[in-house]
This record gives sequence, structure tokens and C-alpha cells, in this order.
Amino acid sequence: MLKVRNLTKSFGANTAVDNVDFAVDRPAMIGIIGASGAGKSTLLRMLNRMTDATSGQIEFEGREVLKLSGARKRAWQSDCAMIFQQFNLVPRMDVVSNVLHGTLNARSSLATMFNLYPNADIHRAIDILDRLGIADHAAKRAESLSGGQQQRVAIARALMQDPRIILADEPIASLDPMNAQIVMDALRRIHDEDGRMVIANLHTLDTARKYCDRVIGMRMGRVVFDGTPAQLTTGVARDIYGAGASFSEAATSTALESPESAAAKALHEAEAAV
Amino acid sequence: MIDLAAGQTGKRHVENVQAAYMEMTRRKRLYGAAMLAVFVALMVSGFRLADDRSAGSFANGISNIFDFPGEVLREAGEKITLLPALMVKFFPSLLETINIAAASTLLGAMAAIVLSLLATRGLARWPRLIAVVRRLLDLLRAIPEIVIALVLIFILGGGPVPAMIAIALHTVGALGKLFSEVNENASLKPLDGLQSVGASWTQRMWLGVIPQVAPNYLSYALLRFEINIRASAILGFVGSGGIGYDLKNAFSWGQGRYDEVAAIFLLLFGTIVLFDQLSSHYRNKLTGKA
Repeated sequence: MLKVRNLTKSFGANTAVDNVDFAVDRPAMIGIIGASGAGKSTLLRMLNRMTDATSGQIEFEGREVLKLSGARKRAWQSDCAMIFQQFNLVPRMDVVSNVLHGTLNARSSLATMFNLYPNADIHRAIDILDRLGIADHAAKRAESLSGGQQQRVAIARALMQDPRIILADEPIASLDPMNAQIVMDALRRIHDEDGRMVIANLHTLDTARKYCDRVIGMRMGRVVFDGTPAQLTTGVARDIYGAGASFSEAATSTALESPESAAAKALHEAEAAV
Repeated sequence: MIDLAAGQTGKRHVENVQAAYMEMTRRKRLYGAAMLAVFVALMVSGFRLADDRSAGSFANGISNIFDFPGEVLREAGEKITLLPALMVKFFPSLLETINIAAASTLLGAMAAIVLSLLATRGLARWPRLIAVVRRLLDLLRAIPEIVIALVLIFILGGGPVPAMIAIALHTVGALGKLFSEVNENASLKPLDGLQSVGASWTQRMWLGVIPQVAPNYLSYALLRFEINIRASAILGFVGSGGIGYDLKNAFSWGQGRYDEVAAIFLLLFGTIVLFDQLSSHYRNKLTGKA
């Protein structure tokens, strides 16, 4: 369904994404890993058409994504939701309004200027928030929520778009391990339950191994690995990160299931029980 | 597609949240609609009142709005070959206008630096006088240039000097306020350093504060220079020389001199665009990558 062919992006003399080529034939959860500066973010931004490609092709079910413009480009963006590292919500608006922004592509500018949305959409937004466990915060301002909660609001905004693909650009890089797990679980559930394609940039190996069906490794703009998590050995990881023999996997780990966080969880539960 | 059976909390609870949010939304929309109605009512009644109090009617007058510019343009078009010569003829008055603006900006900015330092908490030489200096700056800002100019022309007679003084006084008030806001963001650490070696207040300000704030000062002064060129052109209308005086004469002569009006407008427009571009270029340089 998604075909990326010879996709290249150069900034002046630098090539951020170099001849990237891959195809996805059914909705999958795909992790893109690599060191910072490997071109992961630029690749996702090109898929969403926030950044224009220098050359190459992106095809989604017969749609030539790179050739779209104007209203048809915006319709594609509505089909292809994006989740950001820094959440990118409107801080001073309430949570439900932020989620309703997911429907902007289908609404007139004038109605949205006065924050007028159909009641059915408002109900659906709150249902989505409930699904992500944050319905109680519906009327609060987005800025008053914690990072993990804000990221879930961002995921709710993405779901509100009813998208075919969800792109997640380092969705857990600014979260603590507990919230990172909640957010990754949510993304995985969306893939499992709704059958949506999820493409996530991750910079940690263990997250990619745990959650993804397929892993693409990038180094200096090129795809250097494309396979299942099982094929992702320490030797391959060394190539992706361009590290020497001293490379340790712990260096790229958020330690989701580390003893400390397990202990913290147990402590939290004990407190809740008291 | 979104099947929401897998909610985290009970169905009842979600319905409560939805009801509460809908209630809030309804209230907000009601307030919004009421505000809109009040706004429209005020605009309509205000417009009617203003229209009643005006000598002519807006509705009848609006159709004539392009008559005058049309007349000017027609005559200027007929005499278009004369325009370059007229521009050369009026160029000295343009220089006078720019000179008035430059001198008043320079004098005004120098006075503004001193007064702004005296009006900034933490820097002022006499902290008790901060309020007095600030009110003085308010006063200078509050009186329109044209009023000061009219008084001075009455005392000193017409010419560029009253205009220069009038604009300089207004500039002191405007820049003094902006400069003192810049001063507030200056770091006090260099001042402590200079005080520890026994420097006087003037030395501390000149060597400790000015180097920190000079780029911002210059940027605001350039912006003010631009504004002052316009102000000095307008003051020509009340008899203080420069290109504004020529413009007024050409205007009051009426038909037959509209080619002069067009030439002066072109000169003035070109000058303002030129200085606008120059100053925004230098201001970007100063505040951006400096």
C-alpha cells in the first residue's frame, strides 16, 4: 500500500535523506531507528509533506503523494497523522479543542475560528480521550497537563483525523520511562485494534524490538537495515549506530522494564493500596 | 472505524464528562453570541452617531472619494514630462526635511539615554526621582509634535528650527520609555564589578550599561528616525519649512499645480521607502546575528 522509491532530500551540499527505498504491503507497526542526524525526522516530514523532497516518489494506494498540492495535499495530511516529540499542541486551548483540531481539514475556516464544531465530533473526541485514559482532563488547558498526558492528547488528535497512517516522530524521547511505556502501548493498541499503519522514529533499540513488527535502520541518510526485530542483532545495531566494538546496547536503552522502574511501579501500587 | 468499547473508565463516567463539557461549550457559545451582538450593536449605533455629527453624509460622500486623486493624476499624467525637472527643483526641500529628522533624532536620542538611565530602577542616580523623570517622559510623549511646533513657531517664527525642537522633544519621550525598558534587561553584574573599583555613576553607566544595550538603542533610534521623517514632512504644513511646506503651497494653489503635488508625493514616497528598507536592514543586522 505504501511505496517509497529513491526518496532524497538535500539541504545545500548536505544530503539528509539519501535514496531511501522501501515498500509496505499491509498495515504494520514499523520502527525507524538510527543515531540523531540520520535523517529519520526528515523522512517522516516528507511522508507527511511538511518538508518537500528533492527527488524520488512516494505512492500510497495509487496516490502520488509528492505530486499533490493545495487542497489535495491537505487531504493527504489529514489521512496521514503526525505525532511529534514535543507534542505540538496549542498550549492555551483546552484538551477537547486540541483533539478537535484533528477535524480541521473537513471544516470551514470561519466555523473553526469561532470554535464551532458539531456535537457529534465533540462526543467522539471525548470518547477517544477516554480510550486513552485521559477523559477526566477534557476541559483543562493542554499546557496544564504532564508530558505523558500531553502526548496522549496528541495521539487523540491524530485518531480524530481517522488517518490511514500514523507517523510518530520520536514520540517518547521527552518522556520518562513510565510515560514512554504508556504512550508506546497506546500506539501499539491503535495498530492492533484499528489496523492502522504506524511508523515511529525511535532512537532506542529495545523499544523498537519490543513494539515493532518491522525495523528500518538508517545511518547518514541511507537505509542500512530493513528486517524483523529478530534479525536486529548487536552486530547490525553496531553498523546502524556506526559504533565500534565498545558499543553497548544499554547506551541506546530507555530501560522500560529496568529494575528501578519496576520497583517504582510496585511502590506506587503499594501507596495506592494504603 | 473507531470502536470505543475498550474505554478505560465506565460508560456512565464518560457520559458525565461529555455532558459537563457540552454544558461548558454551550455556555461559551452563548457568551460568544452575546458579545458578538453587543459588538455589532455598538458598531452600528456608533457609525450612525458619527454620520449624523459629520457635516456631509458618509453614504453620499463615499462616491466622491476618488475624484480628487483622479484629478491630480489626470493633470500629472498630462504634464508627465515636467516631473523629473520638478523633482530636481524640490530636492533641496527634501534634504531639509531629512535634516530636520536626523538632527531631532540625534538630539532626542542623546537626551533620552540620560533620562532613561535616570528612570530605570536599579540604575538611577537618584532613586527617589525615578517617578518624576518618568512623568516627565510621559509628558513629552503626550504632547503632539504639531502642538509644540505651533507654539514654537509663534515664539520663534517659521523655519526648520522650531520643527526640529518639536520633534526632538517628542523623540525624548518616546525613546526614553523604550530605552529604559532595554536598560531593565541589562545585567547588573558588570556594574557591581565597576563599583568595586571605585567608579563614579557616569563611569558605571558609560562603561557598564551602554556597551550592553547599544545595539538595542541603535535599533530603536533607527525606527524613530523613520517615524521622524514623516513627522517632519507633516510639520511643513504648519510653516516650518521642508518639503511639507512646498506640498501645502502646491495643494492650496489648486488646479494647475497638481504636477508639483505629484512630484512631491513621489519624492516623499521614495524617501520613506528607502529609509524604511535601510533601517530595517540595519536593525535586522543589529538585533539578529550581531
